[in-house]
Amino acid sequence: MDADSLLLSLELASGSGQGLSPDRRASLLTSLMLVKRDYRYDRVLFWGRILGLVADYYIAQGLSEDQLAPRKTLYSLNCTEWSLLPPATEEMVAQLSVVKGRFMGDPSYEYEHTELQKVNEGEKVFEEEIVIDKAVAIIPRGALFKTPFGPTHVNRTFEGLSLSEAKKLSSYFHFREPVELKNKTLLEKADLDPSLDFMDSLEHDIPKGSWSIQMERGNALVVLRSLLWPGLTFYHAPRTKHYGYIYVGTGEKNMDLPFML
Amino acid sequence: MGDLPPYPERPPQQPPDRRTSQASQRQYSWDQVQPLAADPEEGQQIAPDAQRNAPGWSQRGSLSQQESLLMPRAFQAEEARIGSMEYPSMNTGFPLEFQPQPYSDESRIQAAEVTTSLMQRLQQGQSSLFQQLDSTFPEPPVNPLDPFNLYQTDQFSEGAQHGPYIRDDPALQFSPSELGFPHYSAEVPEPEPLELAVQNAKAYLLQTSISCDLSLYEHLVNLLTKILNQRPEDPLSVLESLNRTTQWEWFHPKLDTLRDDPEMQPTYEMAEKQKALFTRSGGGAEGEQEMEEEVGETPVPNIMETAFYFEQAGVGLSSDESFRIFLAMKQLAEQQPIHTCRFWGKILGMNRSYLVAEVEFREGEEEAEEEEVEEMTEGGEVMEAHGEEEGEEDEEKTVDIIPKPVWKPPPVIPKEESRSGANKYLYFVCNEPGLPWTRLPHVTPAQIVNARKIKKFFTGYLDAPVVSYPPFPGNEANYLRAQIARISAATQVSPLGFYQFSEEEGDEEEEGGAGRDSYEENPDFEGIPVLELVDSMANWVHHTQHILPQGRCTWVNPLQKTEEEEDLGEEEEKADEGPEEVEQEVGPPLLTPLSEDAEIMHLAPWTTRLSCSLCPQYSVAVVRSNLWPGAYAYASGKKFENIYIGWGHKYSPENFNPALPAPIQQEYPSGPEIMEMSDPTVEEEQALKAAQEQALGATEEEEEGEEEEEGEETDD
Repeated sequence: MDADSLLLSLELASGSGQGLSPDRRASLLTSLMLVKRDYRYDRVLFWGRILGLVADYYIAQGLSEDQLAPRKTLYSLNCTEWSLLPPATEEMVAQLSVVKGRFMGDPSYEYEHTELQKVNEGEKVFEEEIVIDKAVAIIPRGALFKTPFGPTHVNRTFEGLSLSEAKKLSSYFHFREPVELKNKTLLEKADLDPSLDFMDSLEHDIPKGSWSIQMERGNALVVLRSLLWPGLTFYHAPRTKHYGYIYVGTGEKNMDLPFML
Repeated sequence: MGDLPPYPERPPQQPPDRRTSQASQRQYSWDQVQPLAADPEEGQQIAPDAQRNAPGWSQRGSLSQQESLLMPRAFQAEEARIGSMEYPSMNTGFPLEFQPQPYSDESRIQAAEVTTSLMQRLQQGQSSLFQQLDSTFPEPPVNPLDPFNLYQTDQFSEGAQHGPYIRDDPALQFSPSELGFPHYSAEVPEPEPLELAVQNAKAYLLQTSISCDLSLYEHLVNLLTKILNQRPEDPLSVLESLNRTTQWEWFHPKLDTLRDDPEMQPTYEMAEKQKALFTRSGGGAEGEQEMEEEVGETPVPNIMETAFYFEQAGVGLSSDESFRIFLAMKQLAEQQPIHTCRFWGKILGMNRSYLVAEVEFREGEEEAEEEEVEEMTEGGEVMEAHGEEEGEEDEEKTVDIIPKPVWKPPPVIPKEESRSGANKYLYFVCNEPGLPWTRLPHVTPAQIVNARKIKKFFTGYLDAPVVSYPPFPGNEANYLRAQIARISAATQVSPLGFYQFSEEEGDEEEEGGAGRDSYEENPDFEGIPVLELVDSMANWVHHTQHILPQGRCTWVNPLQKTEEEEDLGEEEEKADEGPEEVEQEVGPPLLTPLSEDAEIMHLAPWTTRLSCSLCPQYSVAVVRSNLWPGAYAYASGKKFENIYIGWGHKYSPENFNPALPAPIQQEYPSGPEIMEMSDPTVEEEQALKAAQEQALGATEEEEEGEEEEEGEETDD
């Protein structure tokens, strides 16, 4: 969610039960503003909170002018001081997928695995966040548009999805470089608007049914929750330009999803 | 057309008959259009009419190209008269002596001449043109036409050149000397091809789009009108957004005064229902008497206070949602005879979510539900009796006695009584505050046992079937109730000392060693300091009974025969009871501290936090369950509360392993009584049949032979 509209966003995303306490909110408002100034980001998003055993990680992302460029990830333990997460090397990426379990809450904690070397928790947090972000960060259709010169911009005239569109999964896109777009048939591509439909939509996510879409607040808010990564909540108030997503969870994938559907 | 600037020269004389004849044919559409030329705000009304005209225009456009060579003058002159005010004046400077020249050659000149003439007229009639722009009458204002004239390279399909065009700069329009057409100004341009070009351009612009009835012309008119009306700062930078807005407004008319927007219908309905929550029951006319009654005790707890404390912990729904829940529970309290109630939490589902209220009825109010349940179980027993009758029929048909099945269904463990054990409280659910509350049925041990084996998301509809293996005995309402029971048993905690055992309990021996099952509030509870609550898990205790593996909180020996089972036992053969001796299951007793909870694979089952580390003196102790993600409890001073907001599933570090199907049943062992043989094949049967017939034939022959002999003997 955008740091500029943090309070409203937290209010709208509260349907999942997890939010932030008032002291955290207050410190976030000030610290994210300073982060934006110091790192010269165009937009700062509060990504969410990863629950650990001892402490929680608060994650924020900084975006540059081009919305689809790789985002910088920052973490904090107390919502006041933010530091860049060190990117993980490729060998670490492979190893990290093996290490399971909850996060401790201490970035210097080393996981021990019998076969592999010790894995730093800081890198694990980073990698986990990247994985989750790639999998389930969402944007409604029309919120970003692509110019012919390349960069993607925020659409200032985005007035929100209509109610009928808001209930369809095809109106939401993954907020990342498209992966499946090239695989579409020419017939499908003919119907797309290249300035708006340049990302993968949620319709074809596997497994099917991994998104729960419902209306809350008396049909005035549409909430998408990921069943594959429980804790990811996306909200959008139809016909307004308020939308955003937040992840509050343990950072673990729900591998039992096919049994649960 | 009364505000035309007077032009010095009048239109040249033309053959009147041709003009009038054609004019009469085409006058009609413009007559319809003209009365509508009204204020700029009526743009949308005009537009539909303009749509009707647009086909006319386009027809005319197409005609113009074909007819241009035939009767250019008449056409253009009549266009000039019918069209906007510029057209008559366009004829002014062009004497009639010019012959219609081949189209392609003159197109270049025409375009430039059109431009030139328009420039001149602009100089003359500057202000009037601007007045024109304010009207949405589809007369072509000069501005959109000009750029179009300059860029209409594709329109003339003959591929003619159009000469150097002026840049699209408004400032240039007012000084024709900068136009840069010196070589054309000396020549006298021909009127007809020039006007023809303009007409073509306008006709092209007026073509309606394929997908809608709007033409580019009208859209540009609307857009520019809007810009000029609103006068935004820096219009060039917001041009695109204005473009989109104008388009959107065209296709999305504003709210009708008579009909509601159909899309928003469900939203309005929900809003109405929630509005009903806010009205006080009984109306406000009674005044003071009502106030006195309401100030008295209400079974609904102070949900707002609870929500505030949980918000300190970062948990819970937003405050207005909490208030709505409070009103919904108040409504529930008015509808049902409730003694105490509590907001238990929210269970998320795929299509809808559940808000759960935990309720305790007043004494003697729940018997209606139990009677229904008993009828269901009796129906089940009748089914078993039918099975036996079928067995008897089979016996009559075959000679062999079918062995009676030895298998008896495992005895059904009786569910717990209301107000005890897992059924201590009643639960009501609704999907959203404002919708009616539904009561959940009591949970049976079989349901709890099965719920432990499956893991399914809730859909949000109470009557949805739960398709799983092992098959869950019930629908989603039962599954929901079972999960609520499990969560309550595992995560309802309170600070140590808040509850105590009442001192009038009977001996433990009478209850079969199951431990005490009731508690009461401790009036002397002083509250534990928050820091101590956070430090040690021993300061928190469970105050709900643990559910045994059997599915109940108090153990019941399933092999004890109840009265019903003894009746059935007389009919059936008494089968061996088997070597099973069921051991009594024991669970941790009530009010066990949390420090005794089992770990989850080296993971502590509970996590404690201070709500705010910056001000520990005012913060709240928060306990979070790692086994049931979403279960929270807070304690501060003498207050505490539990809540659950989540998907309703247990956390397991290992992946979910579904129960395997039962092992394949053993076949009957081959022995002297039962031996398995393969069925005879068709050839064998036929061979047997043939042999039998032969044997039969042989005996008949013998008999006949005997009869014949006897017959012969008698004959003799």
